[in-house]
Amino acid sequence: MTSPGYFLEHLWLIPLFPLISAALMFFFGRHLPKSAVSFLCVGSVFLSFLHAAGAVLKLLSFDPEHRVFQQILFEWITPGPIPVAGALTPFIADWGYLLDPLSCVMVLVVTGVGFLIHVYSIGYMGHEGGYYRFFGYLNLFMFSMLTLVLANNLLLLFVGWEGVGLCSYLLIGFYFLKKSASDAGKKAFIVNRVGDTGFLLGIFYIAVTFGTVRFTTQGLANPLAFTGITETLKALIDNNLLLVGAPALTAIALLLFVGATGKSAQLPLYIWLPDAMEGPTPVSALIHAATMVTAGVYMVARMNAIYQLAPIAMDVVAIVGATTAIFAASMALVQNDIKKVLAYSTISQLGYMFLALGVGAFAAGVFHLMTHAFFKALLFLGAGSVIHALSGEQDLRKMGGLWNTVPATSRPFLIATLAISGMPPLAGFFSKDEILGRTFSRVATVDRYLALWIVGLITAGLTAFYMFRLLFLTFFGLSRVSPEVEHHIHESPKTMTVPLMILAALSIVGGWFALPALWGEESSFEKFLEPVLRGVVPETAAVIFPRHTLLIEYLLMAASVGIAGLGIWLAYNLYIKYPQLLTKLAPLWPELHNLLIHKYYVDEIYDALFVNRIKDLSTALGLFDAKVIDGLGVDGAGWLARVISSLSMWWDKWVVDGLVNFVGRFTRFLSHPIRMFQTGVFSSYALMIMIGLVILLAYYGYHMQVLVRNLR
Amino acid sequence: MMSPAHYLFLSLALFLIGCIGVVTRRNVIVVLMSIELILNAVNINLVLFSRIFGDVAGQVFALFIIADAAAEAAVGLGIIIAFFRNRETVFSDEMDLLKW
Repeated sequence: MTSPGYFLEHLWLIPLFPLISAALMFFFGRHLPKSAVSFLCVGSVFLSFLHAAGAVLKLLSFDPEHRVFQQILFEWITPGPIPVAGALTPFIADWGYLLDPLSCVMVLVVTGVGFLIHVYSIGYMGHEGGYYRFFGYLNLFMFSMLTLVLANNLLLLFVGWEGVGLCSYLLIGFYFLKKSASDAGKKAFIVNRVGDTGFLLGIFYIAVTFGTVRFTTQGLANPLAFTGITETLKALIDNNLLLVGAPALTAIALLLFVGATGKSAQLPLYIWLPDAMEGPTPVSALIHAATMVTAGVYMVARMNAIYQLAPIAMDVVAIVGATTAIFAASMALVQNDIKKVLAYSTISQLGYMFLALGVGAFAAGVFHLMTHAFFKALLFLGAGSVIHALSGEQDLRKMGGLWNTVPATSRPFLIATLAISGMPPLAGFFSKDEILGRTFSRVATVDRYLALWIVGLITAGLTAFYMFRLLFLTFFGLSRVSPEVEHHIHESPKTMTVPLMILAALSIVGGWFALPALWGEESSFEKFLEPVLRGVVPETAAVIFPRHTLLIEYLLMAASVGIAGLGIWLAYNLYIKYPQLLTKLAPLWPELHNLLIHKYYVDEIYDALFVNRIKDLSTALGLFDAKVIDGLGVDGAGWLARVISSLSMWWDKWVVDGLVNFVGRFTRFLSHPIRMFQTGVFSSYALMIMIGLVILLAYYGYHMQVLVRNLR
Repeated sequence: MMSPAHYLFLSLALFLIGCIGVVTRRNVIVVLMSIELILNAVNINLVLFSRIFGDVAGQVFALFIIADAAAEAAVGLGIIIAFFRNRETVFSDEMDLLKW
């Protein structure tokens, strides 16, 4: 193996740069001028990006089978015994970083898109208070996210996972004086806790099944000295200690997926993401579209070895993904808030990714993750730019006709819209087509995948429709902007528009890794990821895709492009050509329209089922606390103490003191006669001396008399 | 010729008068004077026995006692004057603060 070189050796610097600047912001940010804050925070992310790019380039120079580099910084959780298969085994978790093709993709997306969004934020947040706080949180987020994607074990991944959750909470609630914003932050945090419980249980299950949480031992200087999940899994399968589809594997896969549904906003835990739009728009772009919400996808792809051996869990992932995709897309159709449309779109696209993972097309899922990061970040930043131009207006009904007013925003926005709709040759076309194609190829072996494919195809049409609805309502037609806002419309500053252009370029070329697939070859992206995603048992059905002929391939492409075109045509007719049609359409199915407007009443159902029940429980517990704990416990203890102490005081006063006083009085009583001699008059003392002298002399004289008599 | 018994009786009489004076009189100055009587009774005894035994030590002692009595009278009168300034009395039955 060739020498790692500077960038790989200094892999640990990638997460460290943003951490340092985040720490600086927290301690000194208040006193720094805005220019220094921008320079430090954006600069640190840029340094991270440079180091990440350097490390990835170095890794690419290795031959494909050895493109993995692992670096253990220190032993983080020192050996402690845990029961594995009935025997106590020392359990170690280290603080280490792993760079393999999968984390390469993630780290480039996170630092690259993250850097662009940081630059954009300079312009977007320029007039806001708490500038340093915003950038501090954003950099802390970058640190957590990079820890998440670079972690070489599940526990460290979990640290990053919780870190991004925290930053998400902090940034959603950035305008914390607004009640809706702080509520949205809490909602995001609490809903994520539900998922994280499953995730943590999954990690525990993995620890007691495999005795380790390290992903792999590959890329370590001395692989034999360590154990990794992949290697242990392979050993267990090879020795028939675990079977394909074993309950333990299914349970682990499902528990981890519960975590993924929370973080990646899938059914039934997607409800926090639309509310998360309360945060500043760059936050929505970075955290709630491009990076954090894809952590679930990354995690499932990272644990693909286990998923491939758990067919039931795979089906669950695919079904949840497909359902979420169409469900969220249908809700996006009627939203009037520009960011809410994009939020539901994000949920829908994440559903696509999980559909891909569920049918075993891990590479396609990760590919869509990457392209989605480009065009969805662009969409959010574009939306932010529009909102900026309209002085904070987010309602689509109060926009329109902005195509030529804000040209540097509207052109990239069109590109992103085309990309997400799946128009060739933009990025979204390749990744979406890859997912649909892979899903369809499974139909040959298992019929039920046909339903998933159809759902995916319909979602593609819905996506094109609602995205073009958004585009038309924002930039075309007659202006519905209120007059007082109209004066202030201005194109955003360069710091905002340049990232838009770069992202637009990426949205165009981002899919071209998959070009060879057009000629029936394996795409280069898939080839790149193959060493990570091949699983431990090559012959498991999940990874075998029957290749279809080129003709079917082109037909599938035509189908997906066709349905997207249909969606665009519908949107054009409804929102540009015959806008009056819309007012006639909505009353046709009032129930359906109502259902969509109210987002299927899911929030209301959750409120009724869980939130209010928990509130009831809290009220009951509060009453219990006030009445029983405080009333009986604390007040009762106080009352009891008072009674006991008054008893004790009585005893002290009458018995203990009484005894002492009695002794004193008794002594005084006994000594009373003797005391009476002390008259204080000295003549009486003199009398007593004389009497004493007389008695003494009498006694002496008497004895002398006896003595003298005896002498005689 | 006077026998030693005469001297002894005189001494006894002086002594008893002194003692009765000390015990019965209220006036502290009179008490002091009675003490002088007692001391002189002792002196008579000392001189008497010095003559009887031909030993001069008794007479020397008598001289000491005379000196002592003078000193005692001076201190005693001083105390009484100081006391009188404070309490305006020289009666011993009114000096009874140190009782019981």
